[in-house]
Amino acid sequence: MAENTGIKDIVKDENLVYQKTSVLTDNVMHYCPGCGHGTAHRLIAEVIEDMDIQSDTLGVTPVGCAVLMYNYLDIDMQEAAHGRAPAVATAIKRLMPDKYVFTYQGDGDLAAIGTAETIHACNRGENIAIFFINNGIYGMTGGQMAPTTLSGMKSSTSPYGRDVQMMGNPMKMTELVAQLPGTWYVTRQTVHTPASVRKAKKAIRQAFENQKLKKGLSLVEIVSNCNSGWKMSPVEANKWMAENMFPFYPPGDIKLEGKLVVKE
Amino acid sequence: MKELKLMKGNEAIAEAAIRAGADAYFGYPITPQSEILEYLMAEKPHERTGMVVLQAESEVAAINMVYGGAACGRKVLTSSSSPGISLKQEGLSYIAGSELPCVVVNVVRGGPGLGTIQPAQSDYFQAVKGGGHGDYRLIVLAPQSVQEMADFVDLGFELAFKYRNPVMILTDGALGQMMEKVWLQEQKPRMKTFPEWATTGKTPDRERNVITSLDLDSAEQEKFNLKLQEKYRKLEAEEVRFEHTETEDAEYLLVAYGTSARICQKSVRLAREKGIKAGLLRPVTLFPFPKKPLMELAGKVKGILTVEMSTGQMVEDVRLAVECKVQVEHYGRMGGIIPTPEEIVDALGNNFLK
Repeated sequence: MAENTGIKDIVKDENLVYQKTSVLTDNVMHYCPGCGHGTAHRLIAEVIEDMDIQSDTLGVTPVGCAVLMYNYLDIDMQEAAHGRAPAVATAIKRLMPDKYVFTYQGDGDLAAIGTAETIHACNRGENIAIFFINNGIYGMTGGQMAPTTLSGMKSSTSPYGRDVQMMGNPMKMTELVAQLPGTWYVTRQTVHTPASVRKAKKAIRQAFENQKLKKGLSLVEIVSNCNSGWKMSPVEANKWMAENMFPFYPPGDIKLEGKLVVKE
Repeated sequence: MKELKLMKGNEAIAEAAIRAGADAYFGYPITPQSEILEYLMAEKPHERTGMVVLQAESEVAAINMVYGGAACGRKVLTSSSSPGISLKQEGLSYIAGSELPCVVVNVVRGGPGLGTIQPAQSDYFQAVKGGGHGDYRLIVLAPQSVQEMADFVDLGFELAFKYRNPVMILTDGALGQMMEKVWLQEQKPRMKTFPEWATTGKTPDRERNVITSLDLDSAEQEKFNLKLQEKYRKLEAEEVRFEHTETEDAEYLLVAYGTSARICQKSVRLAREKGIKAGLLRPVTLFPFPKKPLMELAGKVKGILTVEMSTGQMVEDVRLAVECKVQVEHYGRMGGIIPTPEEIVDALGNNFLK
């Protein structure tokens, strides 16, 4: 390639294979480099664009790192109190049953302070989608222990590693809610490789499609990294995640069409 | 057509909500207000008007459902009693911080803690001073009859939407459980159009609507708080509601709201029979508080006695309002005990005539 070829010579309409979805705003995301939130946001936005449901979708944002999600998605959104997103989404859906309603929650939000709201919205079978980002740590408040923190995993409030005798066991919220009759689709995904991103997008699309069919609640867990909280580089974090998180939180479908997936 | 019925206060609130064209009720049972949810479930308002009624898993969930529905521009209400209202404070702070309309009914029982299931007025501070975190106020309406229990639901929604502010109907177990005749208003249609700020789905012709109480920029957060305070000052200027009885020539003034005010009406008659020129001022709005009429009366009377079913909470606002112009004393019972008219006259005598 000639030395003086500029970026403008390469970025031409005929060369484009991928563009930013119009459902994402132009705001620069505040997430740490390498964090999975940006990818997860993009996938939700792409699915909304693909399904042409921008006017019909309402999102509920959590407290935590993703609290500012409404700055990035060009749809109507509500910011819920810590853990209360499933209750907020319940009301929106009950009052506007033809709209697509989703919550986006971290592990502190969904599996700690909001356990009751999560379990009961799932058990009622609210026709909503819950997107659950599990990085095993409280990101925004600076890396404290979460219910999902692995046994032996270090955090700012478990500096010597999580001692399950003292601090309790890590919680598999997704497996837990899969047991409830109200959940229709429960799956665990990741966004750390191009292949896993494509799978996660398919799962998110499925969660929205299920709402159209009024099937009940879909929960998509995305096991993600927290480079800052884990004190690792993005590459190290993804490697550590695959080696340590996936054995305890194995990616894959847990419940399909209202039935638990039987592992051979 | 208006309709005359014999109803419990709690039932009147529930029926009034349906007739006000409410879009949803989210609640959780607690004595002495469970009839509100029970009545709504039995009446099937979904079939009558399309109103959604849902029993939540907790008061915390219920108030957050109210938050979700209110953000969609809908008329949403909830109800509870004291311990349940404590749990709702988180949500109320968020609703006030997001400037959303809603109606919250507190059928007060004695506290603190689990307390008693009998009536009390000991949630005054919590209702009028904020309750949850942050500098915010609820609009607080205090009914004294089953009729007003019904009427204040519609009035509550009107004020809530006018000011984009949560409204509390502060009542108690006596009014909730009492049966009286009540004129019910005609069925209002449910709203078909919603405020421009509501999250109803972003259309291509407008920017996205975001309902949030978060602003990480301190300068902006202060600006927002100043705007809220301006709203509260406007309420104080324009929405004060009160009633007075026999205040024209009164030498001693009783100040009471709700059940206490109702009892005080008899105390005024008893006192006058004894030759004590008593009058009564009844705040109908506890926030905004009727400061001006109190100040005016403070210049004419020899003493003010507040009567509350609490240790004396509103008495602080009365003292602030009258700025030491006149002696202000308090008489109250607690733990679910309702004062008698005679006790109140005695208290008047003991405080001012000995």
